[in-house]
Amino acid sequence: MSIFLPEPGTRRSSVNLWGLVVAAGFAWVVGYLLNGQFWDLVVYDVVGLDPDTRLGEAVHFFVYDTTKILLLLGGIIFIVTVLRSFVTIERTRALLGGRSEGLGNVAAAGLGVVTPFCSCSAVPAFIGFVAAGVPLGITLSFLIASPMVNEVAVILILGMFGWKVAVLYVVFGLLVAIVAGYVLGRLRLERWVEPFVFETKLRGDVIEPSTEMPWEDRIAFGWQEVKSVVGKIWPYLLVGIALGAAIHGWVPDELFAQWAGSGNPLAVPIAVLVGIPLYSSAAGVVPLVQALADKGVALGTVLAFMMAVVALSLPEMILLRRVLKPKLLATFVAVVGTGILAVGYLFNVVI
Amino acid sequence: MKIEVLGTGCKNCNALEAAARQALQQLGMDVPIDKVTDYGEIVAYGVMSTPALAIDGEIKTTGRVPSVREITDLLEGATV
Repeated sequence: MSIFLPEPGTRRSSVNLWGLVVAAGFAWVVGYLLNGQFWDLVVYDVVGLDPDTRLGEAVHFFVYDTTKILLLLGGIIFIVTVLRSFVTIERTRALLGGRSEGLGNVAAAGLGVVTPFCSCSAVPAFIGFVAAGVPLGITLSFLIASPMVNEVAVILILGMFGWKVAVLYVVFGLLVAIVAGYVLGRLRLERWVEPFVFETKLRGDVIEPSTEMPWEDRIAFGWQEVKSVVGKIWPYLLVGIALGAAIHGWVPDELFAQWAGSGNPLAVPIAVLVGIPLYSSAAGVVPLVQALADKGVALGTVLAFMMAVVALSLPEMILLRRVLKPKLLATFVAVVGTGILAVGYLFNVVI
Repeated sequence: MKIEVLGTGCKNCNALEAAARQALQQLGMDVPIDKVTDYGEIVAYGVMSTPALAIDGEIKTTGRVPSVREITDLLEGATV
């Protein structure tokens, strides 16, 4: 084993880097805690809006929420990306290969949450999993959990509904992934998978990318991801928050309570059906949905809607069509949709 | 030398191609970039997460967009 001594220059820059990270973390905490008071000062004292007017309330809500969410997003995306740099989908595949159903579904759902995964990789990943002997149901558990329990959605729910709801979302999201995947596996639908998937031969072994990365690279990667994700979703976020702010300020309370409150049993199926064909970044939906919840839409209905939008996205369905025959795709949507429906009802009853 | 970008045209895949072009330009290398978009081909390479970069048939990075600097390093390493 060789001893590697960092040159004086690199050691210094390494210390600088950690110093920077610690300072950023500190600034983050301070910013987050003082967010509300800061905007109270700016909006009400400096600009002079009246907190009792709708305009005042809406503007305050808008800037406060935007700041809070950007901070949450930045912080958690950074941490999650750095942690994820230790995990690869190739290793997940190896872990899941040949597993038996039941526990395998649980493992797949859990791994689906922590494994870095881009929707555009859905097809190669699916083929790769199947080629490695991962049972269909377990592969599907992975594919359901991954987009649904995604950190952006969870952060936003955390920020807007509090940690209890966020935890419930994660738990139920995992349950839907596990149960739906298990059910789909049990239905033995392999004949509804496009044949070429089973015929694809690997030329040699699966490339296992090295997870050996110096910390500087991991941190740089984390920061890059923050810029990339925020860069992608900020328009949706602003629109969602603006709509939320408008509803907050101008829509009378309890307007929705009559037909979308917990009293109406049709609300949940409608929410799920509307959510399925919609495609939106979680960023756009969550702020909007929080305002609706404020105005009396039952929490279960709201969560079911969110899950339907995020977990069953049209672009991903279009991608999966390459490997799943229409019947399997339809069954997939139906089973997951039903699971989400159940979650929605459960929430409305329990909360 | 053969340069291939494996991916199906999502934003990251295009970003990788752009970064690769920049890297080639920086090094003054005039090598065409082949885009591999067929899933069968991609998986046959052993790649499960796109986008991926291959130099002379060997996969160098998968699942992310490497920096231009990283690509120039890889290219220089390959020409040695």
